[in-house]
Amino acid sequence: MSELTLFLIRVAFLAILWIFVLSAISVIRSDMFGARVPETARNGAPAPGRKSKAPKPNKKPRRGAPTHLLVVEGENPGTRAELADAPLLIGRGSDAAIKLDDDYVSTRHARVAASGDEWFVEDLGSTNGTYVGPVRITQPTTIGLGVQVRVGKTILELRK
Amino acid sequence: MTQTGTLMGFVHRRRRGAELFLLVLALAVGIGAYAAVGLGVEGVVPADLVGYGGWLTALIVAAHVTVRIVAPYADPVLLPLVAALNGLGLAVIRRLDLTYEANGLDQHTFARQQLIWMTLGVVLFIVTLALLRDHRVLQRFTYTAGLLGILLLILPFLPLVGREINGARIWINVAGFSFQPGEVAKVLLVIAFSGYLVLHRDALALAGRRVLFVDLPRGRDLGPILAMFGVSMMILVLQNDLGSSLLFFGLFLAMLYVATERPGWLVVGGLLFGAGALAAYTFVGNVQNRFNFWLDPLDYYEASPGSYQLVEALFGQSWGGLIGRGLGNGFPERVPFAYSDFIVSTIGEELGLTAVMAIILCYGLIVERALRIALISRDGFGKLLAVGLGAIVALQVFVVIGGVTGLIPLTGLTTPFLSYGGSSLVANWVIVALLLRVSDQARRPAPRLDPVDDAGADSESTQVVKLRS
Repeated sequence: MSELTLFLIRVAFLAILWIFVLSAISVIRSDMFGARVPETARNGAPAPGRKSKAPKPNKKPRRGAPTHLLVVEGENPGTRAELADAPLLIGRGSDAAIKLDDDYVSTRHARVAASGDEWFVEDLGSTNGTYVGPVRITQPTTIGLGVQVRVGKTILELRK
Repeated sequence: MTQTGTLMGFVHRRRRGAELFLLVLALAVGIGAYAAVGLGVEGVVPADLVGYGGWLTALIVAAHVTVRIVAPYADPVLLPLVAALNGLGLAVIRRLDLTYEANGLDQHTFARQQLIWMTLGVVLFIVTLALLRDHRVLQRFTYTAGLLGILLLILPFLPLVGREINGARIWINVAGFSFQPGEVAKVLLVIAFSGYLVLHRDALALAGRRVLFVDLPRGRDLGPILAMFGVSMMILVLQNDLGSSLLFFGLFLAMLYVATERPGWLVVGGLLFGAGALAAYTFVGNVQNRFNFWLDPLDYYEASPGSYQLVEALFGQSWGGLIGRGLGNGFPERVPFAYSDFIVSTIGEELGLTAVMAIILCYGLIVERALRIALISRDGFGKLLAVGLGAIVALQVFVVIGGVTGLIPLTGLTTPFLSYGGSSLVANWVIVALLLRVSDQARRPAPRLDPVDDAGADSESTQVVKLRS
C-alpha cells in the first residue's frame, strides 16, 4: 500500500467524520425552529380535516358536565369564565380568560382545557405552582366538578 | 419554566427521515473506519467487512425501527451520534487487537467482545424503549431505585462474586462474565435523585436558615438524599474508585443546583470538593502520585508507579499532530490500556487532532441534546432525569479526555461508547434509551385541548397523548 493511498484514505475518513458531525449540527439547526402551525389552522378557520369541529361550539353541553370555571376564594371571588371558550388561561396577564389580581399568581399561571369529556388543569411554569387539593401538579391533571384548584391565594372550581 | 407547545404555536416535527440520513452517515463512519483499519494494518480490505458491516447495520436499523414505532417524536440526533461513536470505537479497538495479535499477546479479541456487548446494549435499548412508554412511571420507583443502586454498589464486596482488578474492587464475576455494577448504579441513582428532588425542591430551595452566603435547607428535606449520596460516596472511596466518586459528586451537585436554582450549591460543592481533594492528596498516596504525574509527567517516566502510560499517550498524541499518522501506522500499543481508558490517545495518534475535535464535538452535541430535552420537557421529573443523564456523559468525558490530554490529573473512567468495557457500554445505551423516551414525551404535540366532539372523533384526535393522573 503506497504512502499516498494511505494518506488519501486517512483524509477521506476524516472528511466523512466531519461531514457526519456537520450534518448532525445542521439537523439540530433546522430542528430548532420546529414546524409552525399555520395561523389559519390555529384560529379555527376552516382547514381540511377539521370541518367536523366547526359546529361544535354550538353543541349543547351534556347534562352533568361543568359549564364554567368560578373563582370561589381570593381577591376576585365570583369571577367566572365559560368553558365553551376553552382553553382558558389563568393568570395576571391581560390576555388571561380569568384575570386575577393576586400577587402570588404569575402572568400566565395555568391553563384549563378539555380532552374528550375530561377537564385538565396544566401549570404553565408558574413561580408558585398550581395545586389540585394539597398536591402541587407537575403535569396536566384531571379535575372534576367541585375540585379545588389553587393558584397563589386564589381557589378556583369547575361548576355546573 | 415550562412553556407548552400549542400556546406558542410551535410543534416539533418527527424528523425520523433526518435520523435515518444521519444513521447512514454514522454507519459510513463506523464501517469506513473498520475498512481503513484493515487497509492500514494489513494492506487489504478486511475479509469480514461484509459480515461486520452487516451486523452493525442490522443493530442500528433495529434501534432505528424501534424508535420509529415506539418513540416517533424522539430526538433525531442522539441515536446517530451514539452509533457513530460506538462504530468508531469498535474500529479503533479492532486496530489495537490486530497489533496485539501480531505481537503475540494473549488478549486480542477485545473488538469481538465489544461487539457482543454492543449487541446486548442495543437489545437493552430496544427493551427499555418498548417497555417504558412513559418515563414518569419511573418516579414511582424513587426509593426502590436508590436502594437498588446502593445494593449494586455494595455487590463487589461480597465474597463469592466480588473481584478486584487493577487495584479497584468494582467488579463482579458471574458465570465467566465480569461486570461493573457501578455503571448500572449510576443510572438508578439518577432516577432516584430526580424522583426525590422533583418533590422536595421547593422545600430545599425555600425553607431553611441562611448560613454564610447559602440558604441551608432543613435537615429533613436534605437528609434522605444526603444519606443516599453519602453511602454511595463512601462505598466508592472504599472501593478505591476515584473516577466514579468524582462522577457521583459532580452528578449530585449538578442535579441539586438545577433542582433548587441556587448557585450557592456550586460554591458549597466547590469548597467541599477542594477540601476532599486536599484530604485525598494528604492521606491517599495514590492521589498524590496522580498529581505529581500530572504536574511533571516526564520526571516519573521510569519510576515504578510511574507516569509511563500518560507520557506515552502524550508522545503519541503530539506525534499524531493535526491529521494523525493514519490508522495502523502509529504505535498506540505502547500505551497500556490503549483500548479502554486511553482510547482517545490512540485516536489522537492515528487520526489526529481533527478526529479528536470531531469526537469532543459529538459528546458536546449529546450533552446539548440532553439539556435541550430538559428545557422542553413538560414535567419536572423528566427535566431532572435528562439533566442528570446529560451530566453523567459530560462529567465522564471531561474527566477521561481531560486526564488523557493532561489537562487534569488522570482518573480512570471509561470514555462513553468509545472505550472497551461492556458494563459501561450497556449502561450508556440504556441512558440513551431513557433520553429518547423523555424527548419523545417532550416533543410530542400537546394534547388537543379544545373540546373534542365525542361522537365524531376524527383522525386529529389520535394525537392525544396518554394522560395519566
